[in-house]
Amino acid sequence: MSSVLEVTDLTTVFHTRRGLVRAVQGVSFTVNRGETLAIVGESGCGKTITALSLMRLLPMPPAEIVAGSVKVAGTDLLQVDDATMRRMRGSEIAMIFQEPMTALNPLITVGRQIAEMVMLHENLGRSAARAKAVEMLRHVKIPEPERRAREYPHQMSGGMRQRAMIAMALACRPKVLVADEPTTALDVTIQAQILDLIGDLQRELGTAVVLITHDLGVVAEVAQRVVVMYAGRKVEEAPVAALFADPKHPYMRGLLASIPRVGTARGMASMDERLQEIPGIVPPLNELPAGCAFAPRCKLADAHCRAEAPPFEMKAADHAAACWKS
Amino acid sequence: MSPLIEVSDLRKYYPIRKGVLRRQVAQVHAVDGVSFSVGEAETLGLVGESGCGKSTVGRAVLRLIEPTSGAVKVRGRDITQLGKTELRPLRREMQIVFQDPFSSLNPRIRVGDIVGEPLKVHGIGDRRQREEKVAQLFARVGLRAAQMRNYPHQFSGGQRQRVSIARALALDPSFIVADEPVSALDVSIQAQVINLLMDLQRESRLSYLFISHNLAVVEHIAHRVAVMYLGRIVEYADKTTLFTQPLHPYTEALLAAVPMPDPTLKRQKRHVGGDVPSPISPPSGCHFHPRCPYAEARCRVEAPVLREVAGGHQVACHLR
Repeated sequence: MSSVLEVTDLTTVFHTRRGLVRAVQGVSFTVNRGETLAIVGESGCGKTITALSLMRLLPMPPAEIVAGSVKVAGTDLLQVDDATMRRMRGSEIAMIFQEPMTALNPLITVGRQIAEMVMLHENLGRSAARAKAVEMLRHVKIPEPERRAREYPHQMSGGMRQRAMIAMALACRPKVLVADEPTTALDVTIQAQILDLIGDLQRELGTAVVLITHDLGVVAEVAQRVVVMYAGRKVEEAPVAALFADPKHPYMRGLLASIPRVGTARGMASMDERLQEIPGIVPPLNELPAGCAFAPRCKLADAHCRAEAPPFEMKAADHAAACWKS
Repeated sequence: MSPLIEVSDLRKYYPIRKGVLRRQVAQVHAVDGVSFSVGEAETLGLVGESGCGKSTVGRAVLRLIEPTSGAVKVRGRDITQLGKTELRPLRREMQIVFQDPFSSLNPRIRVGDIVGEPLKVHGIGDRRQREEKVAQLFARVGLRAAQMRNYPHQFSGGQRQRVSIARALALDPSFIVADEPVSALDVSIQAQVINLLMDLQRESRLSYLFISHNLAVVEHIAHRVAVMYLGRIVEYADKTTLFTQPLHPYTEALLAAVPMPDPTLKRQKRHVGGDVPSPISPPSGCHFHPRCPYAEARCRVEAPVLREVAGGHQVACHLR
């Protein structure tokens, strides 16, 4: 398999009045053609900053990518000039966001927004670009695409808007799609439709997908590989089956034990059965403890964990984690 | 014996006004004839997707919004007809916890005062007694008494939700509406708050109306479950029945759509299509018929009534 996205040692910091905040620290991963890599973690773990770093969409300053490379089909996005990056966004790497209402321009019809993007990247005239926009809306299964193309974002439902965003993102057949919580704002029946749609298009176009999510259910259903992030660092990486069957990091083990599951209890979970808790809270990134960032919440933590950050290393074949205790 | 809370045929319509004269041109049937009951020390889960009216039900039951019609009986007494002063003592019994602990706590008030406010409003105890009570409440929800002097922004989301729960408990209520209480929290924090709510129920025989879109959470915490779609209850059963033998096609669809955190399960691809229709102009007949894989001619014209199919299992569907 050929990897189309290769992220190496990505490190993103923010210069704030309260000092340097290390949002992403030395994160590496690769994604193959047609593969879905999920990045999971809780709010503040650095998953969205990782996504925005890949797209070079962070405001600089205050943000700064201080190290690393992001190679799409061999080209390092962090080294190219702004004009080249603009060309690559959409044609090589594209992104969809959690809330399409804030990502779409409310003053321009949906059809025109897609057409503009097509005209920027492909040598097409206005009417051809419009036709392509309608074609893309049909492709993402929006009913009556000709009429919908003339509508403004606010006239569409949340699910419909997310479809329109996907249409725009995939119009120029990018090699990589970064999807940041694409279904979090949607209802569960609509979420299932959108996940199906992304999967269908991915199979058809061979797109590599980086899926950012906090929902382990979504991860289990659509991802092939998973990167788990905590406090700006990668703490575990494995194929999805291995990760769920035998999580190596206590944080991941804790997460899996803490979520209630539909149907597994078959409604018969006794009311006395408590969910397992992970005590404490995610530490703020400007007050990270020395050593392992998870140590203050970890049952297994000892003096070593609190003093020295564990290296990210192989724990089994194709299964790596950063923990002294596994 | 009558249940603690008994809601019958609750309706809430909102007018849609247009033009300079603000004439009423239509109505949103946010809640359209909903009936249920909640027993002592029982949790009723109310599930549905956004816009189905579940939060409106929660607020109307507490009369935080005035229902258009219907009855809400608390220990057999209808509270929809009571005046403000008559209602006041009953308010002590019924409290609410909101979804967003960031907007439901006043950022300028110390959390100790937030939790003590209901005591003050109802004129309970003197200053020192109130402070003692607040300290007890903090201990009950797992916060340190020293944190009473802090402001909401100094707390994380999970801790703020504990503050909200402490405030709801201040007047020793018997019934709490919990409106998506864990939806805004991180996964690792949700379990803490769910466990807290269940512990409190065991200790104080609290009853909950637990409103959520998250079926897994509802399956864990609820005793009985009501499923809502566009302002109506479409299925109502005890938890085990609902999750093992769902009868309504919408309940089936909801259960099938929940992503399972288990990669060994093969993903079933029988998802309902279509969007949730607007409650301003809901579909004729059964509201679910445009999305229902089994819909027949009858479903398009005649609205099914909620009827009992087995002991305590109610469903609103012509075909089941």
